[in-house]
Amino acid sequence: MKVLWVVAGTALALALQTTAARFLAGGAIIVDFVLVVVIYAALASGPVTGLFAGTFAGFVQDTLSAGSGVIGIGGLAKTIVGFLTGLVGTQFIVAQGPSRFVTFFIGTLLHAAMFIGVSVLLGLRDLGRPYTAVLEQAVGNALVGVIAFQLAEFAPGAVERRRLNSRRPRRP
Amino acid sequence: MSLLDFRQRSGYLFLAVIVGHVILISAQVNSRGGVPVLEAVTFGAFSEAQRGTSSVVGAIRDVWNRYLALRAVRDENDTLQRELASARVKLQEQAALLGRAEGLARLLDLKGHTSLSTTAAAIIASGATSDFRTVTLDKGSVHGLSKDMAVIVPSGVVGRVVLASARASKVQLLIDRNAAAGALIERSRAQGVVVGAGEDTLRLDFVSEVSDVVVGDQVVTSGIDGIFPKGFAIGRVSDVQKSGGAYRRISVQPAVGFGSLEDVLVVLTPTQAALAATVGSTGAAK
Repeated sequence: MKVLWVVAGTALALALQTTAARFLAGGAIIVDFVLVVVIYAALASGPVTGLFAGTFAGFVQDTLSAGSGVIGIGGLAKTIVGFLTGLVGTQFIVAQGPSRFVTFFIGTLLHAAMFIGVSVLLGLRDLGRPYTAVLEQAVGNALVGVIAFQLAEFAPGAVERRRLNSRRPRRP
Repeated sequence: MSLLDFRQRSGYLFLAVIVGHVILISAQVNSRGGVPVLEAVTFGAFSEAQRGTSSVVGAIRDVWNRYLALRAVRDENDTLQRELASARVKLQEQAALLGRAEGLARLLDLKGHTSLSTTAAAIIASGATSDFRTVTLDKGSVHGLSKDMAVIVPSGVVGRVVLASARASKVQLLIDRNAAAGALIERSRAQGVVVGAGEDTLRLDFVSEVSDVVVGDQVVTSGIDGIFPKGFAIGRVSDVQKSGGAYRRISVQPAVGFGSLEDVLVVLTPTQAALAATVGSTGAAK
């Protein structure tokens, strides 16, 4: 069941990433929905789930962009981020908004460092020094991640409350 | 079952996935040398392992060879020490022979350039006291040596024979206080008499106050004493002073290093002055 959620979340994230993300900030991709899903899965289910989620999501993302890169770099970065985030989630209490924000923020920075570092090491391409873009994406991912957690936690309660309210007899 | 439970072994799983990614990436990328990164990384890692293994083996071998397997080294060292000592002795012998050969060569060269009849002799002893500067030659009257024969070396005049036994001769060095030789300044032809000053210096006496003599002038034998052939080097003027009398006081630095003499030439041919003196005395006797 968990695998299905991860696969579905990754597919949805990829769909959003390829269609909606570039319109969010005037063409600049400030949110990596796939990475948000990986970190979310890791925080919600632990390091092994984060590991598989990162591997799967990264591999798919790399495959879709195979013409411009090497398959495996994104997967490697997301695998590491997913696993380490899962470890953090099991070792520390990451249940509040600020701590989740920091986790998403640092996870995004780590992902960028891994991706850019491996690319530079292999001499694949010169990515320059995209500090601003990385920071913007870290903030964007953190906001989206925190919102996603809030929605996931409050949405079921809201539905239940709405259902209870609808069954309550009305006063004449 | 726990062996198959990935959740209990997430670290190994993580490592395996990372290695898989690295292999996947490496298979697609070539290194700067055109070799696939996977191959380059594998070779590089294995070569480091080889380097480490080689270092360990080399260290073990060094320890064995340098510290443990030294049983024969002591004997070998002793043998080498003996050979080295023997070689040093031989080297000194060869150096001595070389110096002697060079000295003899110079003597032969002088002998070839002079018309005088000479014979080479070796110095076998020096004077008994420092008051009398004499040396002893290994040749005597049986070799044709006689009293008042001149003794020279390539660099200049040494002295004269004062005593000739059958197989040895005593030579009075020119620096002896009782030695003297007719001399002249080669440049200005000013004449005088060189006498020994007792030390390793000479004195040129009876040079007129008006004579042209300066420091550095070459002093040679004049030949008028009937002993020393004319024109042989005595030394150079080292000091010129006015004595207040009729003659100057002139010091001469000898051309010959008297402290390092080993072989000399004895002039067998009588000088013209000696011959004239001999003829004069013979005529007077008649």
